[in-house]
Amino acid sequence: MSALLEVERLSVTLPVEGKPRSVLHDVSLSIAPGEALGLVGESGSGKSMTARAAARLLPPGARADGAVRFDGRDVRALRGRALRDYRGEVAMVFQDPRAHVNPVRRIGDFMTEALRTLGGVRSAEARRRAVAALADVGIDDGERRLRQYPHELSGGLLQRVMIATTLLSEPRLLLADEPTTALDVTTQAEVMAILDELRRERGMALLFITHDLELAGAVCDRTAVMYAGVVVETRASSLLHDDPLHPYTAALAGARPRIDATAERLTTIPGRSQSAFEAPASCPFAPRCAHVRPACEAERPPLRALDGGEVRCARAEELRGELEMTHV
Amino acid sequence: MSALATAGATVGGGRRRLAGSRVVTGLCVAIVAVALLAAVLGPLLAPHDPNAADLNNAFVGPYGDHPLGFDGQGRDLLSRLLDGARSSMLGPAIVVAVAMAAGTLLAVVSAWLGGWVDSAIGAVLDVLFAFPAVLLAILAAAVFGAGLTAAALALAVAYTPYIARVLRSAALRERAREYVAALEVQGLPAVAICVRHLLPNMVGLVAAQATLLFGYAMVDLAAVSFIGLGVQPPQADWGVMVASGRAGVLQGYPAEALSAGLCIVLVVVAVNLLGERIAQRDGGGAR
Repeated sequence: MSALLEVERLSVTLPVEGKPRSVLHDVSLSIAPGEALGLVGESGSGKSMTARAAARLLPPGARADGAVRFDGRDVRALRGRALRDYRGEVAMVFQDPRAHVNPVRRIGDFMTEALRTLGGVRSAEARRRAVAALADVGIDDGERRLRQYPHELSGGLLQRVMIATTLLSEPRLLLADEPTTALDVTTQAEVMAILDELRRERGMALLFITHDLELAGAVCDRTAVMYAGVVVETRASSLLHDDPLHPYTAALAGARPRIDATAERLTTIPGRSQSAFEAPASCPFAPRCAHVRPACEAERPPLRALDGGEVRCARAEELRGELEMTHV
Repeated sequence: MSALATAGATVGGGRRRLAGSRVVTGLCVAIVAVALLAAVLGPLLAPHDPNAADLNNAFVGPYGDHPLGFDGQGRDLLSRLLDGARSSMLGPAIVVAVAMAAGTLLAVVSAWLGGWVDSAIGAVLDVLFAFPAVLLAILAAAVFGAGLTAAALALAVAYTPYIARVLRSAALRERAREYVAALEVQGLPAVAICVRHLLPNMVGLVAAQATLLFGYAMVDLAAVSFIGLGVQPPQADWGVMVASGRAGVLQGYPAEALSAGLCIVLVVVAVNLLGERIAQRDGGGAR
C-alpha cells in the first residue's frame, strides 16, 4: 500500500491516578500522499490523541500499542536524529495558537528557529523565507510582523503565522488539530481557505481534525468519524452526509441545525457522549443507538470494508438507506 | 473590608508589603551596592592597613581618621570591615553560583526527562536533604582543611537540593506548556528548547532563589568562620570579626562584634527583601 501515514490498530492508554485508562482503541487510518483526511468526532472521542500519537507528542506515561508508519518507517521506534528529521516532514497546527507560541519571543524568532537550528540556514536567509511564507498565507507586511510579539497579533493572524511556520520546513504531512475552533467565524473561513489552497498547491497531505462534519466534508477527500476512542466509519466525504454507513454518523449529520427550516428544538442524540474508558466493550455506540439489537451488545464489531468505505457496525448492510430517514 | 484585610495580614504579608515599597527597595539596592563596592574595592577604600596591629590602641574609641575606632588588637575597625567585605561577599557568591548551576541543571534534566531519571535524581537529593548545611561545611573543613573555598563548596552541595526541588516544579510547569510541544513537534533538540525557551521563562524564579540563597549562605558562612573553620585570621572577615570581638563584648567594648554583625544583618535583610521583590514581580506578571 502506498500510504504516506498509516495508523494500524493503535490503542493508547493514559495513566489516571496511577491506573491506565483507555483513550484510543484499535484505531486504523491511512492517508495517501497529497490526500486530505478529515477526522470528526465529539470532544473526548480521541481525535487529538490520534494526531498526537502520529506526531509523537503523547503525554508522559502514555502507553501505546499498534503501529504508526510514515513512508514505511516505524514512527514509534524513531529516536534522536531520526525523530527530529521525521518532525521536519510532519508539521502540526494547534487549536489555540496563542498557547503554542512562547509569549516572550518575537514572531521572527519563533518562525526561524527551526530553520536556523536544524537547517543550518543563516539568519538573514531564514527571515527572507519567513517573509515569503507569510506572504503565502496572505500576510503582506511580513517584515514588520517578524519584529512583533505574539500578543500584538490577533488570533486569526497568529494562526496564519503558525501555518506559515509549518510551511517553512516543507512538510509532506500537516496535522491540523482544530485549527479554526479558537477563531471567530469569519476568520475561520479565511484560515480554512488558506489551508486548503496551500495543500493543493504543494501536494501536502492533511489530517484535518474538527467536530464540524460539513467543514470536514468541504475540505477533505475522505472523512473518518470517531466515537469513544474508536473509528466508527471512514468514507469519501461527499457520501458521508447523504449516505452514511454508521448510525452515529447519521445521527451526527441529523443533529446539525438546518438553515432552511425552523425547528422548535434542535435534534440531539439521546444520552451523553462517552469517553473510551466508559464505553461498553461491545459496540461503543450501542447505549445511544436507535437501531440497537441484542447482537450489538454482545461483541464489538470489527472495522470492515463496505462500498468503498469502512464501517464498524454489525447492521450496516441492513440499515443502508434507512439511516437518513430516521432524523429528517 | 480594609480592616479585615489588615487583620488577616500575616507576618509573610507584612514582609511582602515591606518588599513592595519603593523606598525600601531603593534602600536595599543601596545597601547591596555599597557592600558590592566594598567587596570589589575594599582594600583600596580602606583608610589604614587592616592588619596593622598596635596594642597601644586596643579598644580605643573613634577619633580623627579612625571613625569606628580599633579592635582588641589595635587594628583600624573601618579598614577591617571594608577589607572583610570581600571574603564575606565572595563566599556566598561561590555558594550561589555553584548551587544555582547544579540545582538548575538537575531541575531541568529531571523535569524534561521524567521517568526513572527524575526518580533517581529525586532519591539522591533526598539523601542530601538529610545533611544540615553547616554540618556538611564542618565535615568539609575537617577533610580538606579550614578555609573559605572548602566551606563554600560544602554549603553549595548542601543547598543544591533545595534549589533543585523548587526549580524542578517550575520547570515541570513550563515543560507542560503547549508552546514547548509546538517547538518539539518542529523537531528542535531538547537542549535548544531548554536553553532558549525553558530557562529564560524561569529566570525570575531563578533570580529570586539566588538572592534568597545568598542571604542564607552569608549567615551560614559567617557561622562557619565564627567557629574558626572558614576564613582564617588575620584575614578580615565579618564572621571572623564577630568571633574575635566576643572577648571585647564581655569587657564592655562591643564595637567590633556589633559592627561586623550589623554588616551581615544589613546585607542579608537587603538581599532577602530584594529576592522577595523579584519573586513578587515574577508572580504578578503574565502567570
